[in-house]
Amino acid sequence: MNEELKNALLGPLSKNNPVVVQVLGICSSLAVTAQLKPAIVMGLSVTIIVAMSNVVISLIRNTIPNSVRIIVQLVVVAALVTVVSEFLKAFSYDISVQLSVYIGLIITNCILMGRLEAFAMGNKPWASFLDGIGNGIGYAIMLIIIAFIRELFGSGTLFGLRVIPQSFYEAGYVNNGMMMMPSMALIIVACIIWVHRSINKDLQEQ
Amino acid sequence: MRFLKNIVDKLEPTFSEGGKLAKLHSVYDGFKTFLFVPNTTSKSGVHIHDVTDSKRTMITVVLALVPAMLFGMWNVGYQHFLAIGQEAGFWMQFWFGFLAVLPTLIVSYVVGLGIEFTVAQIKGHEIQEGFLVTGFIIPLIVPVDTPLWMVAIATAFAVIFAKEVFGGTGYNVFNVALITRAFLFFAYPTAMSGDQVWVRTRDAFWWAGGKAVDGFSGATPLGQLSTAPEGTVYTDGFLHNIMGQPISFCDAFLGFIPGSVGETSTLAILIGAAILLITGVASWKIMLSVFAGGAITALIFNLWGPDTAAAQMPWYMHLVLGGFAFGAVFMATDPVTSPRTECAKWIYGLLIGAMAIIIRVLNPGFPEGMMLAILLMNIFGCLFDYMVVQSNIKKRMKRVPQK
Repeated sequence: MNEELKNALLGPLSKNNPVVVQVLGICSSLAVTAQLKPAIVMGLSVTIIVAMSNVVISLIRNTIPNSVRIIVQLVVVAALVTVVSEFLKAFSYDISVQLSVYIGLIITNCILMGRLEAFAMGNKPWASFLDGIGNGIGYAIMLIIIAFIRELFGSGTLFGLRVIPQSFYEAGYVNNGMMMMPSMALIIVACIIWVHRSINKDLQEQ
Repeated sequence: MRFLKNIVDKLEPTFSEGGKLAKLHSVYDGFKTFLFVPNTTSKSGVHIHDVTDSKRTMITVVLALVPAMLFGMWNVGYQHFLAIGQEAGFWMQFWFGFLAVLPTLIVSYVVGLGIEFTVAQIKGHEIQEGFLVTGFIIPLIVPVDTPLWMVAIATAFAVIFAKEVFGGTGYNVFNVALITRAFLFFAYPTAMSGDQVWVRTRDAFWWAGGKAVDGFSGATPLGQLSTAPEGTVYTDGFLHNIMGQPISFCDAFLGFIPGSVGETSTLAILIGAAILLITGVASWKIMLSVFAGGAITALIFNLWGPDTAAAQMPWYMHLVLGGFAFGAVFMATDPVTSPRTECAKWIYGLLIGAMAIIIRVLNPGFPEGMMLAILLMNIFGCLFDYMVVQSNIKKRMKRVPQK
């Protein structure tokens, strides 16, 4: 694997992460991260959709007229989102209810349009596929970190299983209700960005 | 004083550059300027130094808060002994309240100042004085039974995310003490609202514990209003204290009602207001306009409001119940988060008063609206300033002859 492909796959995991560096896809990362399970499903769905739509757009990139490219991209993404949405409804109905509109709203997720415009329109299918996988996983990792913190402190559970022992509650511990609100998710995102930039000093703006 | 000054002077070389503890210079500097007005002057340009620097200002505010704090401590004891049905003298009541409130005060100061000192060391800044007031206000605006670890978490959250990330004292957009309360309110609603938290029935330091007697109800007057079903008619005897006896305007004004520690007595708060106004620390325009805004809005609800007890309650009761007076005097006038221009102060105050009453009356989920009203207006404070300045510029530009 040459340097460019490696960069397309691994870059988005940290140094070029869609959530904490490009600050894209924030809306869904606040909305679906109250619990781990939906967050993981959401991360996987986005990964699949970004990768597939990147490939499709990359294959037809030379035939798309420039003036209608956004519409073409939307059609491709919408088709894929519908497939994923139906798939979830068929095989894991509970989670699809939990995610409610947010699966449908993947169409408007900035990460998708961002990757299609910035990468797939100018690169070969294989590279685009790797880029999609990288960005999707980068997004999923952030979702999982946020959901982990929120579910642990907000409901005292992980994957719905009680983690904080009952004796804590008897001693007076109370779950933090703020963690269940999207506003706290925004603050957690901010904290992750804070930590991330303290580690990667080259990302800090002057 | 001389004795203290000698100690301070003696320690100076140890903390100056090259000294043994030079790293802790800001800690030394913080204590030194806390005790004595600095005698350094500016080297360049024209500056006028007033003796009331920000540390002196903060201490004035703390002094103004003392009446509310002392009354609050006594009231905690008074409500406690009333609830457990025991006779107790004035000093016993005060002593109980003192023991009950003291841990919260200590936790708030230790956590907040700990973070301030740490940040000052890391950044190499001077220690900023804003937390002196914030740390004193926090125990006054929470229920007496708030668990200490919650106070610690909320204080840490507020100091870091509402203050330090914006650049420290003087740069915060929101009132830090109110963010502490808002965090507690949204994160731990069961510890901050309802009818179980306002009166302490358990012991303070294993002393004077007891059980609530029959007929005890710990709901605050505003809590009683918000839980009254629609269509309830407000009468003079509608609000009652924890033993079911009716509350008059006078009781509420003097503060013999359950509530957050420092907010119950409007009289004690007005004494604080007098101190703030005489020393010129706070703006009378903001205080007056908050009360005016609240009174006008409550009057409007009295005349045309919905059919609920909260809307029918006379306007003067709104001003003495809950945290309205405390917010108006100590929170809305916070010099950092309130607007600077005179006209903007009026708008700011009026809107705080109006919003607080609107939230109280129209949203039964929030019996008390003062916290949310002030936080909301904190955002708009600087916008009002901008508006006033721009309109002034426009007005004056018209006078410039056109070429």
